[in-house]
Amino acid sequence: MKSLICCLVSSVFALGLSVSGQVIRIGVVGPMTFIQGIHHWRGATLAADEINAAGGITVGGTTYTIELVRVDSNEMQPGPDAVSAVERAITASKVDFLVGGFRTEAMLAMTEVAADYKKIFLIAGAADDGLLKGRVDKNYNRYKYLFRITPVRSTYLAQVSFILLRDVVETFRRELGISQPKIAIVAEQAAWANMIVTLVALQAGTPVDKGGFGGQHVGTWRPSALATSVAAELTAVERAGAHIVFTVFSGPVGVVFGRDWGRLQVPVAAVGINVEAQAQGWLDATGGFGAYTATAGIYATGVAVTEATLPFIEKFQAEFGELPLFTAGTYDALYILADAIRRAGSLQTDAVISALETTDYVSTLGRIVFDELHDPIWGPDYITGLGVQWQDGAPKAFWPREWQPDPAKLPDLVISTPGTVPYVIPPWVKDHWQGK
Amino acid sequence: MVASILVNGLVYSGVYAMLALGFGLVFGVGRVLNLAHTAFYMVAAYGIFYFASTGFGMPLAVVLTTLGIVAAGIAVYKLFIEPVREMEATVLIATLAVAVLLQELVLVFFGNEPRHVPPALSGFTQVVGVRVGNQEMVTLVVAALSLIGAWFLLSRTKLGLAIRAAAQDREVANLMGINVNQVTAIVMGLGLLLAALAGIAVAPLFTVEPGMWMNPLVIVLAAVVLGGLGSLKGSLIGAVILAFAEVSVVFLVPGGSYLRTAIALLIMVCVFFIRPEGLFGSSIAEER
Repeated sequence: MKSLICCLVSSVFALGLSVSGQVIRIGVVGPMTFIQGIHHWRGATLAADEINAAGGITVGGTTYTIELVRVDSNEMQPGPDAVSAVERAITASKVDFLVGGFRTEAMLAMTEVAADYKKIFLIAGAADDGLLKGRVDKNYNRYKYLFRITPVRSTYLAQVSFILLRDVVETFRRELGISQPKIAIVAEQAAWANMIVTLVALQAGTPVDKGGFGGQHVGTWRPSALATSVAAELTAVERAGAHIVFTVFSGPVGVVFGRDWGRLQVPVAAVGINVEAQAQGWLDATGGFGAYTATAGIYATGVAVTEATLPFIEKFQAEFGELPLFTAGTYDALYILADAIRRAGSLQTDAVISALETTDYVSTLGRIVFDELHDPIWGPDYITGLGVQWQDGAPKAFWPREWQPDPAKLPDLVISTPGTVPYVIPPWVKDHWQGK
Repeated sequence: MVASILVNGLVYSGVYAMLALGFGLVFGVGRVLNLAHTAFYMVAAYGIFYFASTGFGMPLAVVLTTLGIVAAGIAVYKLFIEPVREMEATVLIATLAVAVLLQELVLVFFGNEPRHVPPALSGFTQVVGVRVGNQEMVTLVVAALSLIGAWFLLSRTKLGLAIRAAAQDREVANLMGINVNQVTAIVMGLGLLLAALAGIAVAPLFTVEPGMWMNPLVIVLAAVVLGGLGSLKGSLIGAVILAFAEVSVVFLVPGGSYLRTAIALLIMVCVFFIRPEGLFGSSIAEER
């Protein structure tokens, strides 16, 4: 009710200003009937309400308020809906900027539409390198309108998930005495996952001194992103003798995996990327079977990545009763856009692009500075992300914890984010492998 | 590996067989290709989720869901299918429209988030070295009992005789005093009863979501065609073949497990090169 009233009040306020033309319309793009899109919208509404309540955005003596336009891309399903939705937002709803997006396959098409209409699109939800790499660098004039806020691009996401996998491999060595853990990969069949799967498969068996995991790759399974059961895949993973399963899921199949894995108590530790496991409702969605799932994430209970993180999480939880997903990064996207417009002193697209390119902003995710591809820089002092594991009914961060980003060159640099806890091997996995 | 394929294949076979038998019955008797068949299976899964989560208790939830699906199915038959039953293309479109309508209604009432139904029996059991969830075994038992019940009804009762007579020749059955329209409506109800039981049985195993009817529809259509249109025995065997084909792909081609349905359908196409009428298609021709 509270959010409905806020929404109505802000809509009425925005409508009033719209009549006088002092409105910046921002299209929030996402699959609005799925949790990913719902969080796109929620993050954006929080930011818009805050910015408007603080007086809006003043440019050249004129104050603008933000009006959000809900753009349901329905991008979980293949089809032309996403492109039509963005085109309609630009031509009919007359949006000035776009934020959000989720599925790479849809984003590639939607960002083409944005480029056609010369609209700035702040990506908050899609990780594939190819959204910016090979476009912004190769054809700057066409694709200069595209920036990514969250998550970091697939290469870096892979790097984070590799670090998490390494952490789990080391835990197996340390606690169970398994020197060469066997690693299986279960990844949804989607474009963004391909590179990560290839790299993990390559590195799994590479010795530690050569930068690999020093384990053994026992197989890769690629269920459909919309599969409703992966029990057969998990049986096959167990049969392959895997100790650890590296997961790569962004869609509903992540819930299916978590439920079947916990329900059947398959004796493998699950770690990797599982977007659904970042949601507060993870345990409910998996019938309580998703405990001990570990995933790369953005937000975790009680972990302050920056000074902006906890206030945002607390406000989000107070408003919506759950932790934000990474797609709620639309919150930061709106603040970064507002910051760029103020610095540009203009709503003129090229001026805003120039201002965005010089962004140095402490967001809820970390410090955001764009590289030459318009991607946020990954690493210590910038954005790293978190390793999150479901322990005691809550998502707890287990990384960065005693992390040495470059032990050779910077042996004294050890990063531990306050609030992190050690990774825990699932009890049934530990029981199964102990002493074997 | 063989044991893993056998055990997992059996579970999938049970579910597909229940759906294929119901679908095959409706086609065999009423000559109705009901594309909404698996949509009712999806609605049943949501029904059990709704009733179980609102404190009705599992036994009552099963009864309410089953009765609701059968009643809704017969209503749909009377309203949308019976008036156009003689026009096959129209029936196809009408039932597809009903399926999409059901999906959209579920979307409106429950949203798109995956839902979970608690298992009737939690935990797992090692069967010939393969980890099998106890709920999978419950599902298998439900499927076996349903199929045995359907077989008993069809082969040992007067109603079954009437159904088989209508399946063989509607006109002659009519001349023999069988109310063919009534039998068709009963078969519709029976087919949807099987669909409802399948939906209830898989709800704790699969993710309950509005799109969960599409893949089973493809498989069921393929099973019925593979077995030979109108042959109940063929539908069952077709379902078993496709279920085992799907599971085998997961174990034998792990990197291509997303292709499980496509490869199962490819096997069906390969069978058609040898027997274009399906595995048991000729027997129907003889019956007629």
